[in-house]
Amino acid sequence: MPYPSATQAFRQGAHSVLPLTSGVVPFGLITGVTAIGMGLSPADAIGMTLLFYSGSAQMVVMQLMQNSALPVTMVVTALVINLRFLMYSASLAPHLGHMPRRHKWPMAYLLSDQSFALCSLKMASGELGRFAFHYYAGTAITMWFGWNLSVLAGIYLGAGIPEDWSLGFAIPLSFLALLIPSLRSPATIGAALTGGVLAVLAVDLPYNLGLLAGALGGIIAGLLLERLQKGRTVQPVADENREQEAS
Amino acid sequence: MSEMTPWMTFLLIGLGTFAVRLSFIEFYAVLRIPPLFRRALAYVPASVLAALVLPAVVLPDRQADFDWLNPQIPAAILAGLVAWRTRSTLLTLGVGMGALWALKHWGL
Repeated sequence: MPYPSATQAFRQGAHSVLPLTSGVVPFGLITGVTAIGMGLSPADAIGMTLLFYSGSAQMVVMQLMQNSALPVTMVVTALVINLRFLMYSASLAPHLGHMPRRHKWPMAYLLSDQSFALCSLKMASGELGRFAFHYYAGTAITMWFGWNLSVLAGIYLGAGIPEDWSLGFAIPLSFLALLIPSLRSPATIGAALTGGVLAVLAVDLPYNLGLLAGALGGIIAGLLLERLQKGRTVQPVADENREQEAS
Repeated sequence: MSEMTPWMTFLLIGLGTFAVRLSFIEFYAVLRIPPLFRRALAYVPASVLAALVLPAVVLPDRQADFDWLNPQIPAAILAGLVAWRTRSTLLTLGVGMGALWALKHWGL
């Protein structure tokens, strides 16, 4: 259903993202609490949150800081984690790409998993009509406030939490909560198993390179498994050209 | 290391992340993702997250040897089951932390 006005599209976007926003509140709280727990100043924690606007990258960088990794490792790892935004950017580009830069750039900064999830399907189906941009802006701005306010609340709470609560364990747990729902096929399970085991085996590599080695190994394992599976199901037409067309 | 190094790192990550987000939105119609790269991107979350979780759980002290009695292992398994059944971040964190505290408190 196309929206009659920009304001209505914006409002509808903000409204439909609310349940997803409440889903990131615990992660935001934990991010803030963990930042303070590991000795970051509130200013550093807030700066990081605003600059990254990416909870998983922030958690990873904080864990790498705890392991005193090299800055180069932190930058590369955070960017690898955020590579998924390439995918999102590509799928939203046909609908946001024509806007002037003063709109496009802030909207790119605000791109999140949640806004992408809500907007990509609706934009592709054309049901948003002329005001797709405003709908997206509604989801993106609401998400931004939800995330930053919950991290801020975590920072505020963090100061009062004693060290022997082992809050560092909250970092791997929060990744676990993101990891499990992403295991949707044998190939992704294989990718995860390979990545995890390789990272444990390679833990003694300098500069935390074990993480990157594990991630790379996992991605390759996923691609290989996907190919094997396809080979089995598309056996009768095992023609290389056709297989490429299908993918 | 100087005081500024962490902020330089944060700034680089922030700018890099922004560039990744902007990429196709800015250069729409010029950039195309190669198909192999697109398929590889689908395995990034599972691989990276597992590579983060497993070492952090089984080797909390990176210098120490592997220890079966490390209470983080049963706590993480329990949390993983909760994540699988409920898909809730909050419950996963709650059960995982609760299990770790219980195991530490009553001394496994």
